[in-house]
Amino acid sequence: MESRIAEAPTAVSPEGEPLIVKLRRGFDVHLHGEAPKKVHSEVSVNRFAVQAPNYLGLAPMPKLMVEVGQHVLAGEALFFDKNRPEVHFVAPVSGELIAVNRGERRAIQELVILADKSIQYRTYDKIPSLDASREELFAFLKDSGAWTMFRQRPYNLLADPDAVPRDIFISTFDTAPLAPDLNLVLSGREAAFQKGLDVLGKLTTGKVYLGLDARGNAVSSAYSQARGVQKVGFKGKHPAGNVGVQIHHIRPIRSKEKVWTLGVQEVITLGTLFLEGKYDASRIVALTGSALEKPIYVSTYAGANLGDLLKNQGVAENSRIISGDVLSGKTKTAEQFLDVYDDQVSVIPEGNEYEMFGWLAPQSARPSTSRTFFSGIFPFGWIYNATTNTRGERRAFVVTGQYEEVLPMDIYPQHLLKAIITNDIEKIEGLGIHEVVEEDLALCEFACTSKQPLQKILREGIDMMIKEGL
Amino acid sequence: MKEKIISLFKRMEPDKEKSPLLHTAYDAFFTFAFTPNHVTKDGVHIRDGMDLKRTMVIVVIALQLCYLWGTLNIGHQHFAALGMYQNLILEGFHLKLFYGLVQLLPIWIVAHVVGLGVEFYFAARKKHAVEEGFLVTGALIPLIMPPDIPLWILAFSIVFAVIIGKEAFGGTGMNVVNIALLARVFVFFAYPGTISGDEVWVSGLTKAGPGGVADYGWIHMNVLNPIFESFGWDTFSQGAAVIDGYSGATPMALAAKGGWAAVMEHYTPGQMFWGLIPGSIGETSKPFIIIGALMLIGAGIASWRIMVSMVLGMVTMALVFNMWGFNAYMEIPWYYHFSMGSFLFAMAFMATDPVTAASTNRGKWIYGFMIGVIGLIVRVMNPAYPEGWMLAILLLNVFAPLIDHFVLQSNINKRMKHVQ
Repeated sequence: MESRIAEAPTAVSPEGEPLIVKLRRGFDVHLHGEAPKKVHSEVSVNRFAVQAPNYLGLAPMPKLMVEVGQHVLAGEALFFDKNRPEVHFVAPVSGELIAVNRGERRAIQELVILADKSIQYRTYDKIPSLDASREELFAFLKDSGAWTMFRQRPYNLLADPDAVPRDIFISTFDTAPLAPDLNLVLSGREAAFQKGLDVLGKLTTGKVYLGLDARGNAVSSAYSQARGVQKVGFKGKHPAGNVGVQIHHIRPIRSKEKVWTLGVQEVITLGTLFLEGKYDASRIVALTGSALEKPIYVSTYAGANLGDLLKNQGVAENSRIISGDVLSGKTKTAEQFLDVYDDQVSVIPEGNEYEMFGWLAPQSARPSTSRTFFSGIFPFGWIYNATTNTRGERRAFVVTGQYEEVLPMDIYPQHLLKAIITNDIEKIEGLGIHEVVEEDLALCEFACTSKQPLQKILREGIDMMIKEGL
Repeated sequence: MKEKIISLFKRMEPDKEKSPLLHTAYDAFFTFAFTPNHVTKDGVHIRDGMDLKRTMVIVVIALQLCYLWGTLNIGHQHFAALGMYQNLILEGFHLKLFYGLVQLLPIWIVAHVVGLGVEFYFAARKKHAVEEGFLVTGALIPLIMPPDIPLWILAFSIVFAVIIGKEAFGGTGMNVVNIALLARVFVFFAYPGTISGDEVWVSGLTKAGPGGVADYGWIHMNVLNPIFESFGWDTFSQGAAVIDGYSGATPMALAAKGGWAAVMEHYTPGQMFWGLIPGSIGETSKPFIIIGALMLIGAGIASWRIMVSMVLGMVTMALVFNMWGFNAYMEIPWYYHFSMGSFLFAMAFMATDPVTAASTNRGKWIYGFMIGVIGLIVRVMNPAYPEGWMLAILLLNVFAPLIDHFVLQSNINKRMKHVQ
């Protein structure tokens, strides 16, 4: 087994043993509120939603194909985007469409479905075999709604219906704070996962790459023994499990190139579609965070209502519900729904209180990449109870080299962000905006001494690049 | 209890529109005492415990040993010129300490009052919070000035540096050159007589050479002396004569005249290493500077890359001079350059300013190395300037964006190469 330090992009040899990429830079944020590794299926969620804003790159006004009050089957089309009418956005569960919630300028935000007691699935005339042509497979995926699970890099957009991806990347471990254990998530569904990988192999002209956990944890054999894919191990702290970091070290995205990424559970849904002929959007979701009395793993479906998910878990007063992890997730209310690509809910205390001399002599241990806190000088097994307090005020960029310390990529984040602020398109492209999305710079934003909104600036840059057609 | 204190403070808050300067001052002190109750939005939900206040205060803490030594050494040099208590720093401790404090405290107070005044004024005008950059600048400036600096020149230099060097560029984080060094270079060129030559490094003498006498102020004679007398301690003696053969010359000045041999006539290597030599207030004690530098590296605040590469650059250039051997100064062994002058202080606290240094890691190596090389060239080859680090750092401050540009361009080229 070959092993080496790789901070710069490296090409992977096409044959032979899986390569291990060791990443020196990064930072693990250890928080209280990890869910015990047992999946509970008795949590009942009544309402599910398909949320148009989850899919990046849609035209503002999706066209509805159903009406409020209508009963829909799981996998039945709900709406389409007028720029790509053949791609259907489908229901994760069967039930009655009870509401279409609109936002600014009446743009559709949520289609809410009141789920049936037992899910009924849409049936298909013909499931194409894997020997079918790529066009036939593409057409089926678009019609069945499975297409909406493919996210395209650069920029994390919904996959372009007219483009064949250069490669497809899947990370099989998540290093974010309190992230779900993807081995647990997979267990019992290994066959569907392998089938999903087989399907993906037919969709790209390149390869399907699987990023494996090489940090020494037990890895499910469905990952380590997966067939028909290229496996690359990653060893290091967060964000080693981010698919963007893995792409950067396997085969970086250059201008004009398009690759796809999927989560493990999306691969399982894809595999189930081809194995059993049903669109099974079931998801195992980790409910985590120190503001929960009982963090657990639950089995539910994509787009579950957060209030329903959390109703028996004892959400503390004055806490924040986040769909996703605490670094790159979205703030939600209990009335809102889990974002479609998320498999984690984090609930942490709000930090809306003053702290006397908090910057000088903090009254509680807090995570920090700096070595100026007691727990940073003696970093042995500390677990933190982090709140949403900003821990200081926003300032101009002063400190340098700090982002690079936590980002294992050959990218200069601070200079990329400054290029975005100054609208220097050529430099933005040259400094590698194609290779990062918000979650990849989330840790840099966490570490930022000047409390700058890095992910927001990056998304503005991405929007600008999309507008320029780059 | 805490809520009561905070609501009491909040009731005192001046109106932001009616009295912006008062509000700015209030806000600066309130956020000093209480970390704000702001919560994250649009992005990460948790933030690192580190902020700019903490970053800056750690630099200030790392400077404290230099302050301690600087205070005592002002006194020590003064008495050494008079031939008193000249063997150990702790001999005549009370006299040296209070003599040093009487010199240093006004400098420190003027630096902070003037600098923070300018800072508060501009923060109020721009309607944003007072940024913490001046905490470090204000701590650095007294340490790089001679002990006898006239206070009005000091005030003038700080106003110049903060307004022209920083506020004109947009405030903390936007400045091109190091503010503390800009203040010093202003004094150096506008009032050279107060910061160069053999006279200025030892304070309280009518003349730093034979024929000079000790000259004390009102506070020494009328406040301190009666107190010391009441304890039965030694007192300041007005008019004590400077000993024969004494010169206030620094090792730098001596080396320029006669190389290492000339330095050794007045100082031992041990005195130079420990810091019992005349010089700018904070630059003399090498062990304490090294402790401060290690604190900054350990805390991850200052870039070790800049420090290491600056040492490498200086040593490389010193070895080149040793081989060249054109004059006596060039023949000074490379390792003695560490204990002469302000190399270590400049390395630990000046070159590492993150705003004005190169901002890429590779750029930092080049930046530090070039400072080491150019600084030593100025020190050894240019008789007009006794010391090189101030000018070398200011020069490289200006070139740092160019160094970064080339580093970034190589990153861009590597990426774009794959596109064609």
